[in-house]
Amino acid sequence: MQSYLFETEEHSALRAQVRRFAAREIAPHANEWEEAEEFPRDLYARAAEAGVLGVGYPESYGGGGGDLSHVVVACEEMILAGRSVGTCVGLGSHGIAIPPILRVGTEAQRQRFAAPVIRGEKISALAITEPGGGSDVANLRTRAERDGDHYVINGSKTFITSGVRADLVTVAVRTGGPGHGGLSLIVVERGTEGFSVGRKLKKMGWWASDTAELVFENCRVPAANLIGDENAGFIAIVMNFAIERVFLAAQCVAIATLAYQESIAYARERQAFGKSLTGFQVVRHKLAEMATRIAAARALTGEVVTRCLRDGDGPALAGLAAMAKNTATDACSFVCDEAVQVHGGYGYMREYLVERLYRDARLYPIGGGTREIMNEIVCKTEGY
Amino acid sequence: MKILVSLKRTADPDNANKVKVAPGGAKIVTDGLEPKVNPFDEYAVETALRLVENGKTRIAGDTVVVASFGPKEAATNIRQSLAMGADSGLLFTTDDDSLDGDLVARALAKVVEAQKPDLVILGKQAVDGDSNQVAQVLAETLGWPSATFAMSVNLSADKKTVTVGREVDGGVVKLTLTLPAVISVDLRIVGAKAVTNNVTPAAFAYNDGPRFAPLPMIIKAKTKPIAEAPLASLGVDTGLKVRYTGFELPAARKAGIKVKDVADLVERLRTDAKAL
Ligand SMILES: Cc1cc2nc3c(=O)[nH]c(=O)nc-3n(C[C@H](O)[C@H](O)[C@H](O)COP(=O)(O)OP(=O)(O)OC[C@H]3O[C@@H](n4cnc5c(N)ncnc54)[C@H](O)[C@@H]3O)c2cc1C
Repeated sequence: MQSYLFETEEHSALRAQVRRFAAREIAPHANEWEEAEEFPRDLYARAAEAGVLGVGYPESYGGGGGDLSHVVVACEEMILAGRSVGTCVGLGSHGIAIPPILRVGTEAQRQRFAAPVIRGEKISALAITEPGGGSDVANLRTRAERDGDHYVINGSKTFITSGVRADLVTVAVRTGGPGHGGLSLIVVERGTEGFSVGRKLKKMGWWASDTAELVFENCRVPAANLIGDENAGFIAIVMNFAIERVFLAAQCVAIATLAYQESIAYARERQAFGKSLTGFQVVRHKLAEMATRIAAARALTGEVVTRCLRDGDGPALAGLAAMAKNTATDACSFVCDEAVQVHGGYGYMREYLVERLYRDARLYPIGGGTREIMNEIVCKTEGY
Repeated sequence: MKILVSLKRTADPDNANKVKVAPGGAKIVTDGLEPKVNPFDEYAVETALRLVENGKTRIAGDTVVVASFGPKEAATNIRQSLAMGADSGLLFTTDDDSLDGDLVARALAKVVEAQKPDLVILGKQAVDGDSNQVAQVLAETLGWPSATFAMSVNLSADKKTVTVGREVDGGVVKLTLTLPAVISVDLRIVGAKAVTNNVTPAAFAYNDGPRFAPLPMIIKAKTKPIAEAPLASLGVDTGLKVRYTGFELPAARKAGIKVKDVADLVERLRTDAKAL
């Protein structure tokens, strides 16, 4: 079943809209943008105009309303119909950069930073990971020293999605002592003196989405850009991670579904030993196994969404979100690998979609918290 | 200004390769195909909305009503047009096999009598049967002026006439109709400036194609009324006049050939295709 149990007619109407947008605006350019490692900047404005970019954000900030369930189905259709994971995740980087601003920022900050991004006028990124370490968030080293009305930031960030083009970056910095009690979030705008893009990184997958190394050298940022209270950033970061993991799980379900659909179509078409591939039980069983793993991943991802909507996205969600991410990640890696196998030599060729999906899939056990860190979270929430 | 738009739920035409013909050629089988709004009807909804808008805002007092004939599930498709901006829906339930172009037109005429719209806008044809009958039969039944295959529509400032552009061999014919009237629309009607109403500023350009329904409108559409009644309640003779004698799939296309160069191409066109 290519839908979540929580879906209503409203969700299928939203799916139809997003599908039309992605099929028209993304799919025809998918290969070109992936190979160019960039998609046109005006896609943000077009996605906003079509009501796609703002799904899940309050109407008061230019969003389309709706909740996590709407974001999840919109994201799925973007991937299924757009056929470019890189474009979708690049276009969606506000999904991790903006929520902390809406959650703990002031009204003025929401209007100033979040609204233009939701309207598709500005690009945003979230910068937590540093060259020295990503998993150990509590020990990140980028420093922000208070100096009058400003913070002076020194340090660097890496692997930052949309960082190359971002107009504003929600940055995790150390404002206090060691450990998680010394972290804060602050918005750094493009053009601020001392803030630069070190380089655009070359990656295995997610090509159409740019990934940057960011450098802060005596970068003076107004204290008014601090999001939430000083030294209270860790909790905002952790809450944001939990939701990001639901997004990532949903992306995995979508990518796996796409790879599965491609495989069925190919297996029906391709002939071997005088019959189509689907004529071989071995191939049919492969497809059945793919379908089953996807169904399981979809069920757990859907459950997290439903629980989140019912109980709120409190700490109880973190463990289940981590489980869903690992389950969906594994399903996606398995399915994409099998999809390449079903395609034979063509599956290894750049002109076939599954080749790209296979590379895109490899990110998911790493990004947004690694598989091992997910298990650490499960251990904590399970109490051992 | 009140506009009535008719809308048909059809099997997804983009899935044409899955359309099958029942054994014996009695009918077209659309099982397993995703139902969606007939694209030309979506263009009709878009046309109607543009006529009742001043750029991005609605003109107060103007309404767009959408009517459909078909299964109960067609309410979903009506709701889609409500999410685009139409105000209310009418669903006359029956099953698809109990309808033909003639009956739909006569039923629609009854709806027109009750709703008293100034303008009826339809898609030029439904992409399943491709009959292309309803607008013409409806206009005839009502005795209203009509223009089919509209590629442009201009509503006069006094809202008494519409001027319709129709693409014909060698150019565009413009017909001016006195309202009330019936219009059927073609693909080009959703071009950026194809629909004008002397209210929306001339500089305003719509996006090409039918509009996207953003989530707030999708949510709002749930509260807009859709009145449902059996087709028979309209008091029309439900007998079918159009009889289909058989369906068959077109012959499978043969593989093409590759030509070496232009000289070869010309030669092939002359000898094989006999096109020159
Ligand atoms: C394409 C891409 C996009 C990204 N986008 C962003 C972004 O937009 N913003 C952002 O801030 N970050 C982003 N990241 C960074 C990502 O979140 C980190 O790569 C990830 O958190 C892992 O951090 P690390 O790479 O430093 O690995 P490390 O933390 O160095 O981990 C290396 C290995 O050690 C394991 N390990 C570490 N600690 C433990 C432990 N306690 N127990 C067991 N095993 C452990 C890890 O699981 C991993 O296998 C992105 C990464 C990629 C690849």
